[in-house]
Amino acid sequence: MTLSDKRLSPLAVALVLLAAACGGSSGGGGTAATGSQVVLVTHDSFAIPKQVKAAFERQTGYRLRILQGGDAGEALNRALLTKGNPQGDVIFGIDNNLLSRAVGAGLLDPYTAKGLDRVDARYELDPTHELTPIDHADVCLNVDRRWFASHGVAAPTTLEDLVKPAYHKLLVVENPATSTPGLAFMLATIARFGESGWQGYWKQLRENGVLVVDGWEEAYTARFSGAGGSKGTRPIVVSYATSPPAEVIYAKKRPTTAPTASVAASCFRQVELAGVLRGATNADGARALIDFMLGERFQAALPESMFVLPVRNRTPLPDAFRRYAVSPAHPLELPAAAIGRNRDRWIDEWARVTLH
Amino acid sequence: MGPGHSALTRGRALALGTVPVAFLALFFAYPLATILERGLTSDGGLSLPEGTTALVWFTTWQAAASTLLTLVAGLPLAWAIGRFRFRGRSLARALVLVPFVLPTVVVATAFLDLLPADLQRGVPAILAAHVFFNVAVVTRIVGGAWATVDARSEEAAAVLGAGPLRRAREVTLPRLAPALSAASALTFLFCFTSFGVILILGGPGRATVETEIYNRAARLFDLQAAAALSILQLLAVAVVLTVASVLEARAGDGGALADEGDVLRRPTGGRRVAVAGILAIAAVVLVLPLAVLVGHSLGSWHLLFEETPALLVEPWQAAVYSVAFASVAAAIALVVGGIAAITLARRPPGVLDGFVLLPLGASAVMLGFGFIITFDAAPLDFRSSWWLVPVAQSLVAAPFVVRIVTPALRSIDPRLREAAATLGASPGRSRREVDLPLVSRAFGIAAGFAFAIALGEFGATVFVARAEQPTLPVAIFRFLGRPGAESQGTAAALAVVLAGITVCAALAAERLGDGRGRGF
Repeated sequence: MTLSDKRLSPLAVALVLLAAACGGSSGGGGTAATGSQVVLVTHDSFAIPKQVKAAFERQTGYRLRILQGGDAGEALNRALLTKGNPQGDVIFGIDNNLLSRAVGAGLLDPYTAKGLDRVDARYELDPTHELTPIDHADVCLNVDRRWFASHGVAAPTTLEDLVKPAYHKLLVVENPATSTPGLAFMLATIARFGESGWQGYWKQLRENGVLVVDGWEEAYTARFSGAGGSKGTRPIVVSYATSPPAEVIYAKKRPTTAPTASVAASCFRQVELAGVLRGATNADGARALIDFMLGERFQAALPESMFVLPVRNRTPLPDAFRRYAVSPAHPLELPAAAIGRNRDRWIDEWARVTLH
Repeated sequence: MGPGHSALTRGRALALGTVPVAFLALFFAYPLATILERGLTSDGGLSLPEGTTALVWFTTWQAAASTLLTLVAGLPLAWAIGRFRFRGRSLARALVLVPFVLPTVVVATAFLDLLPADLQRGVPAILAAHVFFNVAVVTRIVGGAWATVDARSEEAAAVLGAGPLRRAREVTLPRLAPALSAASALTFLFCFTSFGVILILGGPGRATVETEIYNRAARLFDLQAAAALSILQLLAVAVVLTVASVLEARAGDGGALADEGDVLRRPTGGRRVAVAGILAIAAVVLVLPLAVLVGHSLGSWHLLFEETPALLVEPWQAAVYSVAFASVAAAIALVVGGIAAITLARRPPGVLDGFVLLPLGASAVMLGFGFIITFDAAPLDFRSSWWLVPVAQSLVAAPFVVRIVTPALRSIDPRLREAAATLGASPGRSRREVDLPLVSRAFGIAAGFAFAIALGEFGATVFVARAEQPTLPVAIFRFLGRPGAESQGTAAALAVVLAGITVCAALAAERLGDGRGRGF
């Protein structure tokens, strides 16, 4: 494709849109011939490089269309709402915290993907194969290394550290009711301190001046001092194990070492999965897409497109991810069923202890 | 004019009026009713969740306080812009629209950069942000009306010995009343259904009815509570609208329209100082957050023209899709809203005027959910069609068009039309040559608003957004959600582009409206 027709295409689309609008609203359905396309329903953090998308389309002959919006929970709720007559063929982005809401609900058709034998058993969270693991990215505390070096304070290495006076007013976390990493961090404290101990821990965090904000965007880019270009003042934040390499790759001037680091002992397991929606228009295409997502090409592109790590064994990682992304062998975790049963009650209790 | 003739016109008007009614029925009432019905029948009946009273109380009082403050902040600016001629006037009018379209999270981040830490959260921050976002509504609607109040009536009153207060109370205020009421009702609605501002600046745990509906529907998947709260919100909005339109009807019509050229004066003496002061304050408040954004964007502009793993297109292309979608949405809003306004203007102001705003009282997430479960089977299988994006946007934009154009149509001096008829002009011709030029300015303002609203709309759009054609707000959110200084810089650059397009569109719409006016 030459440069000039690449530039032209959105203009052409704009003109077609305008022409269609002028021609009246009844100008035939906007849906192309179904069957020749695969529709992926996902959250708004999903990203796929153009070349990788083209590779899927070339290999399978299906056109890939992506419908995305909201976070993972919202995407799943939309799928549940349209159960039986889904908006697309595949859903991607259901994580271990949402898994129990999706599996066994008649939402998905089981499928054992090609390439699943290349995936470490610890990521296979659904023995019924309604959901196939695609990537993982643990939620971990991130620390601003420069801040701790210049203030002569040691960076925290455990969850227990955070309630010490040395870390007064240094931590910013996300609200578990409104944020995926916020929920994972709350679950991490439950996994670490148990059903009866975690509320006390949060009471201490509160006394030690924890700042709670609603979303990752605000916590990481506006409140955390370690994010590139941020005017934030807090050197500890709840983010991902893959955020430190991103600070290297997407810095304005590439630093020699990562300005931030993850606290390995705080990491909570986060696996993202995909499934074939029951009632899919193109079930064959859906299965082909899941195979492709477990394939070498898509898996290798994951770190730089979505800041998550591949689940397929021996997938080569970009240099910065190899050096700065932690991947603890035994992160904190809770059984999906327990999360499903207790999630809403835990969030209510958390709000009572932390906010009111 | 014979009786048969007028009956024909009435028949045609009735037929015309079915267009907006059908549009609303199909794209608003039907999907909303479907999702509410699903919510209420799935798990047992209409019951409101615990804590609803406190929720409604907070929602109402913060909206009332925000509206009052927005009026206080917006009226001086409306006076300066509506009454006086000065260099950069068009630019000032265009600039006030910018906060209105920028995504909340972008503005909130700029606020966080500017405000001292202890003022960043809580109710004062919510009120300040609501004023910042909605000052455009008051400035443009009231300012537009002020520019068409015949200054000679005020002067005549002055000659007859009325003091400035009495002149304001007895001459100016009654003429501004419809615009004031419209602007207040719109501002109240926006603050009542406010979402992003509450989430980010309110801090965790702070909720309004709208944020709670979202929380129940999108996060907890508790459709029953979401449906009950949605109905409550619609009822509350309906009550507010009824009250507003009764007040408005009592205030009467705005009197004769004057041509802007006759009204605008160069400020002199003390007024000169006042106008300069108002504009200076407004400039600082409106431009400072923008300057922060420009600062964040420096060094990232080249990235708009580079491929990125974050989007399937180069970032600049999002601007093209945004403009395309918003143009279609503005066109739909102008046609549907314009027809509704023409139909409404034939009757005296009443409750119906207010109810035009009802779509703004619906929760975006519930409407979005309604779209995907209603338009999912033949012959209405278009939940995946591209044009659902501009249709969703136009649902928010069309009420503005109606509210801005209807008062202008009503205030056309009937004597002008009679004069035209006496001179032998057909009703069609008198409408074309008398009404149209006079209301073209109102259409210009409405078009600018409609385009701007569509450009910034995010709520309902995400349900039908397609990755292949990202709009600017979608692209901004994508980059904001990625770590690394480059991504944040790209988001800021895209936000500056969004602001720039808004200013250009508002300037163009105004020029279009004025150009026709001059022709007359």
